[in-house]
Amino acid sequence: MNAPTLASSARALLVRDLRLLWRRRGDAFQPALFALLVVVLFALSLGGEAESLSRVAAAVLWLSVLLAGLLSLDTLFRGDADDGSLEQWILAPVPLAWLVAVRVFSHWLATALPLIIATPLLGELLYLPSGQLPVLMASLLLGTPLLSLLGAVVAALTVGMRRSGILVALLALPLYVPVLVFGAGSVAASAQGLDAVGALLLLGAGLVVALVLAPLTAAAAIRIALS
Amino acid sequence: MNPVVRWFHQLGSPPTFDRFAARWTPWCHGVALVLLGLGMWQALFVVPADYQQGDSFRILYIHVPAAWMSLLVFGLMAFYAAIALVWRIKLCEILAMACAPIGAAFTLITLATGSIWGKPMWGTWWDWDPRLTTELVLLFLYLGVMGLYGAIDDRRAAARAAGLLAIVGVALLPVIRYSVVWWNSLHQGQTIRMFGESSMDASMMLPLWLMVVATKFWFAGSLLARARADNLRRESGRDWVLRQAGAAP
Amino acid sequence: MTDTPPATSPLLAARGLGFTRNDEPVFGPLDLCVDAGEALLVQGDNGTGKTTLLRVLAGLLRADQGEVEIDGVTAGAMQRARAIAYLGHLPALKADLGAMENLQFLCGLHGRRPRQLPGNALAIVGLAGHEDTLARQLSAGQKKRLSLARLWLSPAPLWLLDEPYANLDLEGIELVNRMVGAHLRAGGAALVTTHGAYAAPPVRTRLLTLGATA
Repeated sequence: MNAPTLASSARALLVRDLRLLWRRRGDAFQPALFALLVVVLFALSLGGEAESLSRVAAAVLWLSVLLAGLLSLDTLFRGDADDGSLEQWILAPVPLAWLVAVRVFSHWLATALPLIIATPLLGELLYLPSGQLPVLMASLLLGTPLLSLLGAVVAALTVGMRRSGILVALLALPLYVPVLVFGAGSVAASAQGLDAVGALLLLGAGLVVALVLAPLTAAAAIRIALS
Repeated sequence: MNPVVRWFHQLGSPPTFDRFAARWTPWCHGVALVLLGLGMWQALFVVPADYQQGDSFRILYIHVPAAWMSLLVFGLMAFYAAIALVWRIKLCEILAMACAPIGAAFTLITLATGSIWGKPMWGTWWDWDPRLTTELVLLFLYLGVMGLYGAIDDRRAAARAAGLLAIVGVALLPVIRYSVVWWNSLHQGQTIRMFGESSMDASMMLPLWLMVVATKFWFAGSLLARARADNLRRESGRDWVLRQAGAAP
Repeated sequence: MTDTPPATSPLLAARGLGFTRNDEPVFGPLDLCVDAGEALLVQGDNGTGKTTLLRVLAGLLRADQGEVEIDGVTAGAMQRARAIAYLGHLPALKADLGAMENLQFLCGLHGRRPRQLPGNALAIVGLAGHEDTLARQLSAGQKKRLSLARLWLSPAPLWLLDEPYANLDLEGIELVNRMVGAHLRAGGAALVTTHGAYAAPPVRTRLLTLGATA
């Protein structure tokens, strides 16, 4: 093989990330544990009655997933930035946006997918009405990739910085507002008896647009951050 | 070369911009203050009280121009940032970053006046009105741009990164607005919206237009002043700056 | 064997190249060119901009003035990426992956020279038997050798090496020189920065000293 193609570079990056995930498979549980923590804290502060918890269950679950994702954003590019891998991505004869897209996908697999799988269990802790679970899962399946893609732009903008912490959350919040509104809102709509499909379709449309624009924007941000 | 284009090129040189900004800032602020005075006098004393809301509606003469400016300045910031990213013009980087604090201030004024307007109407200082909620998210966007600009050491890379964020923000702003409106209709139902698009009598429009133009001049003056300060800070140590400060190079 | 002057345009040429950071010039307007089969040695004390020059040539930074040409044509991003292999200060190795796994990924990213395999490359740089050793367990010198193995596998004709002799013992220094020599004989070119008194590659070399002129 001489020059890498889109497919071969994607496969190489995915294999690398899956191998790295396997080597540190303990870390993969951390976002889910954090979400569990948030759920516990909400239950402790709201009181453990089924009636009050079940009314807010879907919103709390959406928040837990969002916050856990926000915390795990740091691991998206920092490791590669620190050891010089990110530089080699820029220098590779493959579009940087493509590599970013593949990386976001593998990061989503590692951080968001365990969260989504844990959601039914977490829902039980909050007495989530069983009728809301399908809409909640659908909104999470559409919303979490969108959060990852938007978060990638923020992570790329701050990749060179040491003390990003709160700044990352501050930058990401306005970008996350529409996703949270339509995601949690879709469940609220179905709970009120309205049709949730509209909100879910909007999430889907946003996801399609973000799939194209977010990697390109994040690539531009990485170049700026590494200059 | 076209004289207009040539003038723009010359303006990009730091000493020329410094002179331009120093000359025009006082004029802009002066015109703004005059128009502000006229507008406020009209708003407070000339225009009759609203039959529904009494005198408390008068705050709209500050609230509406401030709200329009908060959005306009964000758009302008993204515009300068786009030029700075594509053509790497340093002056546009400076202008874009100078817009942010001014826009944030207008957003704060919008939120504060909106809250004050709402107190007699709602009985509370805050209501999750879609417009105010969007302004709040807009404030976060402004603070994010300012925070990012301040957090990166290399000034030019910082301006480019914050500029990219501003562009992303301006693209997402309509989406944010739409989502907040949808969210509001979902949860609040049919509450009477107080900031409704009620038609205004012509006599009530004059102070509004005076205030709108006043805020534009104020913004122009402040933008030039801030950009001039940033320009001087970046160029400190150069001969022309030292000469201007009175220290012999 | 007479030295015929190259009839084709140089592999890498830069004209009036300059870079500033925070409005301070890092290196002034420079002209340089490297032909196929040649090495360019960039010398200068710390802080004279050697690393920055290499990063500008590689395409990681954008020059404030001047142009970079590859094979006589102003270089676009993809063209530059295909033509250049960059060895910087950071080894670009994942600590949790083994030597072979790291090489496999980097080959997937940059492509691989025909008829070269990662196993061969490890043997050439003296890491045979360490295929499965995790990168975190390698010493600094071994990590450098692993980076050299990646370089060896790269199909790019132009090597930009920033302090390639750092972290290496005498044997490692000779390895670098051997590799550069073989690469040049095969028609490639190399740009090497160094600030020490290390031996330069024993090939036709030009010299560029930074910081000597204002």
